[in-house]
Amino acid sequence: MNLKHIPPGALIGLVITGLFLFVAVFAQWIAPHGLGEIVGGVWEPGSSKYLLGTDNLGRDLLSRMIYGAQTTILIAAAATALSFSLGSIMGFAAAVTGGWFDTLASRFVDLMMAIPTLIFALVVLSVLPSTILTLILVMGLLDSTRVFRLSRAVAVDINVMDYVEAAKLRGEGTPWIIFREILPNALSPLVSELGLRFIYAVLFLSALSFLGLGVQPPAADWGGMVKENKDGIVFGIPAALIPAGAIAALAISVNLVADWILNRTTSLKGGRG
Amino acid sequence: MNSPVAKLIAQRIALGILLLLAVSVLIFAGTQILPGDVAQSILGQSATPTALENLRRDLGLDQPAYVRYFTWLGGVLTGDLGTALTTRQDIATTLMPRLWNTLFLAFWAAVVSVPLAIILGLLAVRYRNGPIDKLISGFALASTSLPEFFIGYLLILFFAVKHQWFPSISTIYDGMPLLTKLHAIVLPVTVLVLVVLAHMMRMTRAAILNVMQSAYIETAELKGVGQFDIIRKHALPNAVAPIINVVMLNLAFLVVGVVVVEVIFVYPGMGQYLVDHVAKRDVPVVQAVGLIFATVYIGLNIVADVAGILTNPRLRHPK
Repeated sequence: MNLKHIPPGALIGLVITGLFLFVAVFAQWIAPHGLGEIVGGVWEPGSSKYLLGTDNLGRDLLSRMIYGAQTTILIAAAATALSFSLGSIMGFAAAVTGGWFDTLASRFVDLMMAIPTLIFALVVLSVLPSTILTLILVMGLLDSTRVFRLSRAVAVDINVMDYVEAAKLRGEGTPWIIFREILPNALSPLVSELGLRFIYAVLFLSALSFLGLGVQPPAADWGGMVKENKDGIVFGIPAALIPAGAIAALAISVNLVADWILNRTTSLKGGRG
Repeated sequence: MNSPVAKLIAQRIALGILLLLAVSVLIFAGTQILPGDVAQSILGQSATPTALENLRRDLGLDQPAYVRYFTWLGGVLTGDLGTALTTRQDIATTLMPRLWNTLFLAFWAAVVSVPLAIILGLLAVRYRNGPIDKLISGFALASTSLPEFFIGYLLILFFAVKHQWFPSISTIYDGMPLLTKLHAIVLPVTVLVLVVLAHMMRMTRAAILNVMQSAYIETAELKGVGQFDIIRKHALPNAVAPIINVVMLNLAFLVVGVVVVEVIFVYPGMGQYLVDHVAKRDVPVVQAVGLIFATVYIGLNIVADVAGILTNPRLRHPK
């Protein structure tokens, strides 16, 4: 692929997304200060020593942003991975096997989607222990309903193709049909959806942490940092806007990339290359 | 009212009631999914045996789950939502004013956003692929990516702290004059409008564009009707059903999406109440509020479907 063929919007998205990922992976080496290390006064403005200033307890905001990138992206990515593997396998299986399994799974997903996701998450989180594993499981399971719908719809179309028919006549089992016939052909719409689901996971996690029900201190994630620093806003201290802005920047850049992938794959289908 | 329409509507409502029952089971089950003891997880590891025993009795944990479910459902249907574990207050009496506050906020957000979205959608169709259209789709990208608290605190910083035009905390109470109330909720309403506007606008645009490809639009164009008149007289009436659908879905989102906005602006609504009690692990309150939110959401979805049936000319004039 030639770099020149990437539209500028998608290029910006790719660069910023890559930057965030780099920071998330190497947080421990990049961050100038420790996660909980108190380095100065409360809400100091940005200076050459502390680039983004300090937070509500006098911790270096830049270091916390870097650690926060790691926590936020890690949890969102894990939840997306769970929702994708579960949702797509179940969706493909429902489309291929049909019958009672399809009906049961589809009706159950309809039921789950009748309840607003945030509300159901709050109901469940009221009894579950607040750990990172719980968050990943709850977010991943709730979001897998949406992936299920999409992958089932895609797989139903592919399932009637001649080559799938041929594989069935050859006597291949359901796992072969799902992983060797349907999955490779359903990949392009799913990859673009992957980006959107990841953004949704980032926003959802941030909302939960902002409400105080997501990542618990002393760990730092961007939504939680907005919550910690929000009281400064009324004194005109914009510290809370920095993590909030980072969430927005990540979401917009992933969106730009996902849009580009979607356009690229749809134009491939149109035969224009 | 003729019979096929009435039958369809009755079917849809019956289905909705069935769905609500299933949702109530799911919400109840959602608080029972722990492998261990709910009382233990509410009170934590350091709880004394007496406290655990009391809580188990309060929650009725000595009875099997299905008995508890039907007791709970029976209570809900007769307007008794139980008592809060933390405050020992009746949930229904605490909840009602908060429900009204939430609906008040969502109502004003709808009053502003719905006409605005439809007008902007029409403009986008009229000048499609022009700068207005581009601007609108860029705006849509931004609004699906920005978290509510980013918009919210940005507005607070600018309009409440730098300029002090509006309060940063939206306190409202009974007996407050309407205008003062409206002044207090300007900022949260703005956030909600910005969050739902883009989606509604885009769907309106898509619905009208879809109709614009019909043969009768071409006929109207050929006989020389102006662009705006085509959209207003020919395209809009035929796009009403999908637009109503989008509007209802967004209203449902408004009622639910207020949770975060209420916390940002410390607004005394249902969302704030829910979040507080999730943190305190007050299960009866969480169940009650969760069920009400789900009911409003499903109710608005039913209204959307019924409106879709009523505005469908093929069903209104059966052959």
